[in-house]
Order: sequence, then C-alpha cells, then structure tokens
Amino acid sequence: MYDFNYQKAASVADASAKIKASDDGMLMAGGMTLIPTLKQRLAQPADVVDLGGITDLVGISVDGDMVTIGAMTSHAVVAASTEVKSKIPALADLADGIGDPQVRNRGTIGGSIANNDPAADYPSACVGLGATIVTDQREIPADDFFVGMFETALEEGEVITAVKFPTPSKAAYMKFPNPASRYAIVGVFVSEGSGGCRVAVTGAGQNGVFRVDEMESALTSNFSAQAVANIVIPEDDLNSDIHASAEYRAHLVTVMAKRAVIKAG
Amino acid sequence: MSETGIGASVRRKEDRRFLTGNGNYLDDINIEGQTYAYFVRSPHAHAAIKSIDTSKAETSDGVVAVLTGQQLADDGIGGLICGWVIHSKDGEPHKAPAHPALAVDKVRYVGDHVAVVVAESAVQARDAAEKVRVEYDVLPAAAVTSTAADVSAPQVHDDAPRNICYDWEIGDKEATDDAFAKAHHVTRLELLNNRLIPNAMEPRAALAEYNAGDENLTLYTTSQNPHVARLVLSAFNQIAPEHKLRVIAPDVGGGFGSKIFIYAEETVCLWAARKINRPIKWNADRTESFQADAHGRDHVTMAELALDADGKFTGMRVHTVANLGAYLSTFASCVPTYLYATLLAGQYTTPNIYCDVLGVFTNTAPVDAYRGAGRPEATFVVERLVDAAAREMGMDPAEIRRKNMIEIDAYPYQTPVIQQYDCGDYTKALDEALKLFNYAHLEERKEEAKSRGKVRGVGLSSYIEACGIAPSAAVGALGGGVGLWESAQIRFNPTGNVLLLTGSHAHGQGHETTFAQVVSDKLGVPVENVEVIHGDTERVPFGMGTYGSRSIAVGGSAIIKAADKVIEKGRKIAAHTLEASEDDIEFSDGNFMVAGTDKSMNIAEVAFSAYVPHNYPEGLEPGLDETAFYDPLNFSFPAGTHIAEVEIDPETGEIEVVNYTAVDDFGTIINPMIVEGQVHGGIAQGLGQAILEKCVYDDEGQLVTGSYMDYTMPRADNLPDIKLGFSGVPSPLNPLGVKGCGEAGAIASPAALINAIIDALSPLGVTNIDMPANPQKIWQAIQDAAA
Repeated sequence: MYDFNYQKAASVADASAKIKASDDGMLMAGGMTLIPTLKQRLAQPADVVDLGGITDLVGISVDGDMVTIGAMTSHAVVAASTEVKSKIPALADLADGIGDPQVRNRGTIGGSIANNDPAADYPSACVGLGATIVTDQREIPADDFFVGMFETALEEGEVITAVKFPTPSKAAYMKFPNPASRYAIVGVFVSEGSGGCRVAVTGAGQNGVFRVDEMESALTSNFSAQAVANIVIPEDDLNSDIHASAEYRAHLVTVMAKRAVIKAG
Repeated sequence: MSETGIGASVRRKEDRRFLTGNGNYLDDINIEGQTYAYFVRSPHAHAAIKSIDTSKAETSDGVVAVLTGQQLADDGIGGLICGWVIHSKDGEPHKAPAHPALAVDKVRYVGDHVAVVVAESAVQARDAAEKVRVEYDVLPAAAVTSTAADVSAPQVHDDAPRNICYDWEIGDKEATDDAFAKAHHVTRLELLNNRLIPNAMEPRAALAEYNAGDENLTLYTTSQNPHVARLVLSAFNQIAPEHKLRVIAPDVGGGFGSKIFIYAEETVCLWAARKINRPIKWNADRTESFQADAHGRDHVTMAELALDADGKFTGMRVHTVANLGAYLSTFASCVPTYLYATLLAGQYTTPNIYCDVLGVFTNTAPVDAYRGAGRPEATFVVERLVDAAAREMGMDPAEIRRKNMIEIDAYPYQTPVIQQYDCGDYTKALDEALKLFNYAHLEERKEEAKSRGKVRGVGLSSYIEACGIAPSAAVGALGGGVGLWESAQIRFNPTGNVLLLTGSHAHGQGHETTFAQVVSDKLGVPVENVEVIHGDTERVPFGMGTYGSRSIAVGGSAIIKAADKVIEKGRKIAAHTLEASEDDIEFSDGNFMVAGTDKSMNIAEVAFSAYVPHNYPEGLEPGLDETAFYDPLNFSFPAGTHIAEVEIDPETGEIEVVNYTAVDDFGTIINPMIVEGQVHGGIAQGLGQAILEKCVYDDEGQLVTGSYMDYTMPRADNLPDIKLGFSGVPSPLNPLGVKGCGEAGAIASPAALINAIIDALSPLGVTNIDMPANPQKIWQAIQDAAA
C-alpha cells in the first residue's frame, strides 16, 4: 500500500467537498475492493475519503411499494432485513450470497454499484428490478447508471446516497459462481412487476450488467421457464476466460434464467 | 493398548500452542536491529537483462543496501543445486544449467529473482524495489509442456538443446512391445496431470543473522529439513562452513513439499546479512508464493495397457513429458522418474512395463516434489488405464482390479520397475472399501439421481505408493546425492522425564504427539513426560527431515533404535544397582526386573542413578542419553482402495462429490486420530487437483492464476463426509511395522474422482476428461460427445 491521506467524512456534503477538493481522491464505502487494490499497489490515490462514519446513509425504509436502502447499508443487513425479505425476498437472497461473511458485513450496496464490477451481484438486482440510484445531486435510473466495466454514470465527486427498489410481484436471482473467486460467472435476475418483466445478467458481459430483451418479452407474455428455455444469447459480447468460455456463459445465461423463473414461482 | 501408547488417539500436544496463538512461526521471530528484504522479480517469462540501475533505489528512504547477481557472483556464492542426477537413455547425465540465486544475464520465469533491496522496514524495501530500473530485452518464451522440446521452441538454456534436461527410461522395452503385439485388447489414454501451486498456509520466509564476533551465521527459515538446508548452503553455496552456520526451522505452517527445497531467498538473505552486518528478514507475500514457490506435477502422458482375453494385464507402456520449469529445483529431477515410473506396476502383476520420460525446461517456475511427488502421477496413469480398460472390455471395475492384484502369498513381490513390495493385502482393502462404501446399492442411487435430472457415477482407485524414503545405498545407486536415513536421540533427564530429539521436522503432521507416544509405549514413560524437539541444527543430531511420508517409517524406526540402546544401558545400570547379572534383567512397561524375583527399579530411578552415579564400578558410564541413526532396508508400501461417488448436473456441468470412502493399509498405526486427519487433508488436496486446481501460464509465460481470484483452492463445502477404514498389514521391514500416511489421500483420490466422473458421463458418451474436471470442462465434454 502506498501512502495516502485518510479523511473521514462527517456527512454527505462533507464527503462531496473533500472528494472535490482532492486532485486524485477516492471514496471508500466498505473498502472490500479498494483496500485489496491498495494493498496490491494497483491504485495510488492521494486521498481516501471514508464514508463509514455517515450514519444517515445506513438503513432500510419502506414507503408503499418502494424499498429504499441507504448506500452504506451492508449486505448482511439487507440479507437479514425483515422488510426486504417480505417485500423483495429475491434481493435479500442475492445479498446473502455475496462474497463471504466478512465481505457481507463490511461491503455495502453503494460501494458495490459504484465500483460496478462486471461480476458483482447487485448491478443485476438494480437493473433487474428497475431501481433508481439516488445521489447527492440527482436520481439516475439503473438502466442508465451502469455504463460499462467498472464505469458508471456518476460524475466526479458525486456520492450515492441510496438505492430505491420498486416491489415486484415476482423476482428471483440465480448465480453460477466462479469456482475460484465465487463471483458470478453468470448471474441472472428476473422480475415481474408493474413495469413488465425484466431479465438482467451480470458476470457474463464484457461491459457489465445487461438486459435480455428477447427473454423479457417472452416472459411478459408467458412467465414460465419454457418461455426462456430456448433463447440463447449471442456470444459476441460475452467474457471468455480460463473459467468459462463465451459459449459456456451464453448457455449458462439461458439455464440460470430458466432456473430463476422457476425460483420466482 | 494403553490410553497413550501406540494405537491410542492421543490429543495433539502441539495444538494448545497453535490454537492459543502461542506458536512460534517465522514472522513471530524478530531480532534487535533487523532489516527487511524485498526481491525485485522478473515481470517477463524470458528476457535478457541489459542493465540494472539501482541508483534511485539506493537513495530511497530507509534503504540499507541494494544488491544484484553480479555482486553475489563476485563474492563467490554458488548457484542453487539439484541433488539428484538422472541419466538419459544414452548414459549421459542430465543437463543442470547454472541457477544463480540472483539472475545475472537472463531471467527465465515470471518471478525470477533479479535484485534484493534491504531497508529499515518492509514497506521501505518494497518502495525502493520499485525504483530499481531493469532494462530487459524480452525474448520469446517456451511455456507449454507438450511443445517445449519442439525444434521451433525458444531455448530456455543454451546448454540444454531442445530444452531437454533428460530423456530417461525404465523397464524392458522389447518385452513390453512384444506384449502389446500379442495383446487381445489395448487401452490408450492421453492424460494431463495438471500443474499445481502448493499454497502452504504460512508463506515461505527467512531471517538471517550474522555475528561479527564469532563469525557465526544463523538462519531461521520455513524448512522441512533444516540440516539438509545447512549442508547445501555450506557445501554448494559457500555461505559459511557448516560449523559456523545454524539453521532453525521453528513452527512451520505447512509445506507439502514446497519447503524441502533450498531457494534463492534464504541464500541471498544469509549472504547479505553478513555483507551489511545486520539481521535481514524476508517474508513472502502470497503473490510471491504463487510465482516463486516450486510448483507441482505438470505431465503430459500417453499411456497404454495391454490385456489378454480374460482381462489380465500383460503390458504397460507409458510416455511422459514432464515440465521441470525454468531451472532444476533441489530434487526436481527424481520426481518424474524414480518417484514416478517405479510405481507403474501399481497393485497388479503386470509382467511387462516400459516407461520413458522426457524432462523439459520451460519459462515457468521450477517444478519439484508436491504432496505425493511422482506417486499421484503414477496412480493416475495406472488407475485411469485400468478403469478405461474395464469399461472397454465390459468388466466390473472392481473385478478387473481383483483379477490382476498381487496375491497375498507373493511377497516379497518384485515388480518389473525396480521396486520390491514387502507386504500387503490388496484384495482385502478393496473388499473392505466396497463394503464400507455400500457399492451394492449403487444402481438405486443412480436411478434416484436420474429422477432429479442428475447423473451419478462411482470411481475406484486402488493405489500404491512408496514411502519411508529411502535406503541410502539405493538412493546413491540411482543418482541421489544424499543418504536418506534418520536420527533420533533420547535424552533422559535425572528426574526421569525425556527429551526426544529427532531429525524429522513437523510442519503440521503432529510428530510432537505421535513420537512421544512411541517413546512412551516403548520405554514406559508417561506421554506427558516426553518433549519432542526438532528443527534446530544446534539442538538435534544431523537429520534428513520430513517429506515422502518418511517420518514415522524412518524417523520412528530411529526412535525405536535409540530406545533399544536406552534399554541396554538401563539394563547395565539396573544389574549393578539390583546386584544381579545383566542377563537376568528383564524390561517391560518401564520397569527393569530381576527375572524370577520381586526386585525391580523403574526407568526414572535408573535415569536418576545414571546422573548420580555414586557407586558406579569402573566401566559403567554415567548418563542416560542415547543416539541412533537408522537407514531403512527398503521403501514402505502403503496401499489401499479409495472410492468416490459424484453427482453431476449435466445442464451446467456442476459437480458434487457426494460420497467418499478410503480403506488404507498404513501398517501399524500410532495415533488413529492424527492419521485420519492426514488422510482427510490428503483427500482434500487430491480433490483439489481432480476438480478444482490448475496453475495456468499463458503462451507468453505470464502466470494467469496468480491469486485466489483465479486459482481454485478446495474449500470446506467442496468436500463430502469421508468414510475411513484401516486395513493394516504391518511392514516386516521396520521395527514398528509402520508405512507412512501423509500422502495417500493426495495419491489415491484424483483417479477415484475422475473415474467417478467418467462413470457418470459415460452414458453421455464421454470417455476421458482432463483435470481439473470443473463445471466448464464437464459441460464441454458433454457437448463434444454429443457433437
């Protein structure tokens, strides 16, 4: 780890001011990606602005059919939340399958989506449920938020404060984990809600999370496993590595989608 | 059996300190004034070094010294050695190109050592290392085992044409070819034995200290064999004369073979510590462990089995290309030769065997012994062939094995490939394993799985291994540069308790308990009164260390030999004290008795007398402290049958190991609980090789699996409950009747698991699959078979 200037933000405004004041600063949520990156000397920020002290960013609230999760809420809290389990059990289930107990107790939803690891779980839930990302400056639909691999629509110094999830009538997440890292090789989040059906895929795409239109329309007319069983997505934009070829990933997208539909009930 | 003697599951004495954080691992040791080393390593698989500029690093904060290979060479420090010379078919000795501890003109693998920075703190050393400017001329790399010997492959060493280290053979080629010519059926398989990274829990580390007053050097290091390290560092690296160098291997957190070898880092730390006259500590980080620990296995093999119409094996022919890495590590050369091909008879009476092995250099990390060392490779060849042959000939896999197993009255059994097995009962272990496994109800389980859309399969592996390495004369005759005896010293204190000093080294095996049980059982001293000391060249007699499941068979035998000397000496003391003839003194359960009388004294009283010899006659020596060296008569041959059952989701290729049974013949078992733990750990490692682990280099020689993000270590949820049984036939060739147990699990399990996978997938047309058989590979195999 190289030396950096550690700053603890007292509020979102403070965090925003501190990060804007830094030439080369990074925000730290749970630190589950940033700290290992720093330890391996793969990043050399001048300043690290820690969001860990901002209590306003922690918590879960329900307003009608909207579940709002504060950006600094840990995966373990989401997984154990009675509100989330009752409104969007698929989301609690997804949170319960992220990383290991240490990661789930340190890692946060805001950190995860801001990092936008192409194999992370949460982006699929955000897109798969049609969530809205709330920042200190605006609200961004999930469809517009995830731009590419490790890239988001966040502006310089913009701080995520919460994620708003509409409650679906049905939803489920199925993950096929990488045997080594246990990140998603393919993760498929399906939902049926007032805005129609959504199918969001993480782990497979070269540019991170993406939707599968063909599956969504098939499910909208017939929400069943058979509806997606024969839809195979093209391999062209899929990742290929020592753990899974693009062809295998394409196949797994179909299988995981099918199983997610069954799991959603 | 007593509650603490041989055969008792005594709780591990060492666990109190390990579990309470009181272990003394290398990084727990700190010396006043110590500095820290960080190694500048090659980012390239193959490159000429054009220049090394250390000037910026030298002025970096806290830097004490920046040293390079040229300085090492100028100081006359010798290169790293290989201690076993293999001779090729043409009689020529193997090629052992120079292996400088710090590269001088060329780097040959990613992680190769280029320079060392010594600084006041570890962070300062690492900061400064980034300021060492090395100008490389990058060269094409030879990174692929199967093509390394191609004429077109880049040359790793100028003095090893076509990258060939040796082209070795064993067995009678003509007779074997003849057996194949006459065969009723021939089974052929191309087998890859995947490359593995050892991943001991404690990374390698070293702490070197020089005393300018007496010119003594001390090395604390993560070694499985500190005396061997001292010998090599003295005799071959010219670090210091042997009597001026002390090597201490304290608590060591796992080795699996990777800590047998004498590496660049400890060599450099010792040299540099004297040069700067400060202690130097180096502790590998995990990335360095991935890059620069000696890796394991990495074979490409074409194997054939000839059978007659009854399914009797008539011949085996094996051609293996073994990747040795960029340089020969300490014992690299013997692993794919004498530790491998001499086991190709397996448990069977195959009369004709021929194997040739091409050892090749590549631009990858050195490859050397890793848990099992040669024997997992041999078992994989034999047991995959046997299984495939059974399938092709429509025979039950248990039956074809039983038909070919060596009969119980055939011992000692001379195989066609050097080894002479001392004893065994292979069909008994097979039958016990089948029974324990519940083989009879297999079909019902397969049907039940099918109803859930899954496929199940079962695989057997009837393995044999050669442990208790090894008779020194045999080792010498086959090209080994060492003797492989072991030492033990039993030192009674005046108050009757005992220090056992052993040349074996414990790094997870539980010797402190097992060896104390042996002493306790043999001499009648309570087990808690025996302290086992190991790992310090100034405390224990010269010893050869721990690897190859040798500690109980060789080190344990040395303990028995020393105990016999203690009893002999005690008899003299008792005879004198009890005023009897020495011939009338009998020893049992810790008591020396005058035969036919009630006169006796216990061993503690004898020990006290030995140190307070107020009335000893001339010729009776004080003291009760006996040392023995034991050179084994032969290897020992643990064997048994392992059975694995897997369930596969054919839609995704996901695999679950649902049942696993092992019945092993380890001869006499000292501590069943510890032995069970050894078997569990071995099976976990073998399961890792079979379905999870693979070290991958890309075609340019870059390490793709350089961290746990990509290198799949086995985890608890990958393992099933394991059923164990022991079917011991005590070895007649050592005093305890022991055979060794540390590697059996890793040797037997890969073949059992792959055979199970093939059994599950054979209805889908799959006949072979490479390790690790992970979901992707299983899915692909199903697709390929369907195509």
